[in-house]
Amino acid sequence: MFYAAAIAILITMALALARALLGPTVYDRVLAVNMFGTKTVLLLTVVAFLYGRPDFLDLALTYALINFIGVLAVLEFIQNHGLRQRGQDTGGGRP
Amino acid sequence: MTALFAIFLLTLLVITAFGIVRATNLFVAVMLMGIFSLQIASIFFLLDAADVALTEAAVGAGISTVLFLGALALTGPEEPKRPHGRWLSLCVVSLTTLIVLYATFDKPRLGDPNAPVHQHVAPWYLENTPALIDIPNVVTAVLASFRGYDTLGEVFVIFTAGIGVMFVLGTPWSRLSDARTPLDEAKGLRHHLIPRVVGHLLVPFIVLFGLYVQFHGDFGPGGGFQAGALIAAGLILSALLDGERASLRVVPARWLFAMVALGPLIFSGVGLATVLLGGRFLDYSVLSADPVAGQHLGILLIEAGVGVTVVGVLVSIFHGFAAREQKN
Amino acid sequence: MIVDVFSMLLLIGGGAFVFIGGLGALRMPDFYTRLHAASLTDSMGMILVLSGVVLQAGFSLATLKLLVIFVFLMLTSPTATYALANAAHLAGLAPRLGGSDDTGAE
Repeated sequence: MFYAAAIAILITMALALARALLGPTVYDRVLAVNMFGTKTVLLLTVVAFLYGRPDFLDLALTYALINFIGVLAVLEFIQNHGLRQRGQDTGGGRP
Repeated sequence: MTALFAIFLLTLLVITAFGIVRATNLFVAVMLMGIFSLQIASIFFLLDAADVALTEAAVGAGISTVLFLGALALTGPEEPKRPHGRWLSLCVVSLTTLIVLYATFDKPRLGDPNAPVHQHVAPWYLENTPALIDIPNVVTAVLASFRGYDTLGEVFVIFTAGIGVMFVLGTPWSRLSDARTPLDEAKGLRHHLIPRVVGHLLVPFIVLFGLYVQFHGDFGPGGGFQAGALIAAGLILSALLDGERASLRVVPARWLFAMVALGPLIFSGVGLATVLLGGRFLDYSVLSADPVAGQHLGILLIEAGVGVTVVGVLVSIFHGFAAREQKN
Repeated sequence: MIVDVFSMLLLIGGGAFVFIGGLGALRMPDFYTRLHAASLTDSMGMILVLSGVVLQAGFSLATLKLLVIFVFLMLTSPTATYALANAAHLAGLAPRLGGSDDTGAE
């Protein structure tokens, strides 16, 4: 049963990657990275139990933290730091 | 079955790598590098290498993305077009790839129990760690004690890298908090209530979790590098939420400067102490009456040194980017 | 035994939600709808998968760590979604309203 959940999560990772490669605006790509990060957390919890090593759950918590901080940092930089103020297109702020 | 998972993720990795190389907008490339790092961390985890997966996640997906974005804010997100073709570099890279592929034919298969590393090296460490060091995590024992010289070199590499990057960025530690121009106050995370509330709630827990990872490295995946990256991520989050000036009041630039230097100092200091106490350099057994307790003490001290240096260097580089940008 | 059946149902349900959310994130026509679909994976999918794993873990340190992960993700995923939507809206990305598919014309 863990295998079914793990397969679903892996397929969703592939879908998130497709969105990151396709996404016309930059926000689509940030969305894809965020989704990929949370799917990695879920994959890690499921596989940790598959491997019978529940002490690997520290990794899942770390990934959740890092994913959150990464997304907030990206948004801060998009909004504030030079990527918009120079008037340069960051890959599409408009559809 | 998990081998199939690893193969699937490796395929996604190759696709991501193609995407990174083909992206002309560097911002897109940075996003894809974040995904790349998460994929590689998952593959490491599926291959049962938990310490490496933890380090890759903490450093690659979090800190590297932030630093790349800092660099992009200074240089601009479009890759300049090259006037000439790239046939020479393509030939060089293809030739090197073919040579490396040819070299891997002599390598033993992944996980082959008859490989030399599994006949001589790994069993030696697995047998001698309970006898000499007596901590459950063999990776930390190898990293901190058996291969202590390598880790000493790594700490000095991080130290040198930190100094080098601060030189390139051009803002010495003493002038990190001199903000010339106020940032545009109407935008950014500082004026959004929800991320600020949630972020402020989380920063102490992130630092606490980082300390847990630091001291738990003897028993599970963890250690100085991962803990340093986590605590640095927490401090960077608070800097994003409150602004650089407020963050530099909480952790002043002087402290960051001291932390950068403190790690190699602690590490070499432990080595010097072991020599003065009669043992060899970095032979922790002489640090205490009981050799195993001496090993524990030595590992504790050097991991603390590693963690302190990593925090100092990463947060200093982040503030260096921010200060450089405010000068523009 | 009952616990195993429940945990299997929860894990399969969680996997289904994660997959549906991912499919939505790929196929939806507009950024905001994609964001909504992706948040499905972060909330319901995460709840079901973690509950399924908690049932397998029983009363142990692993369950405590899973609960910490759960609380953390419940706090941060909606915040990240909100911050992303806010950033897109402030940048001027307008949601695609009306639409050519549902105005009643064939």
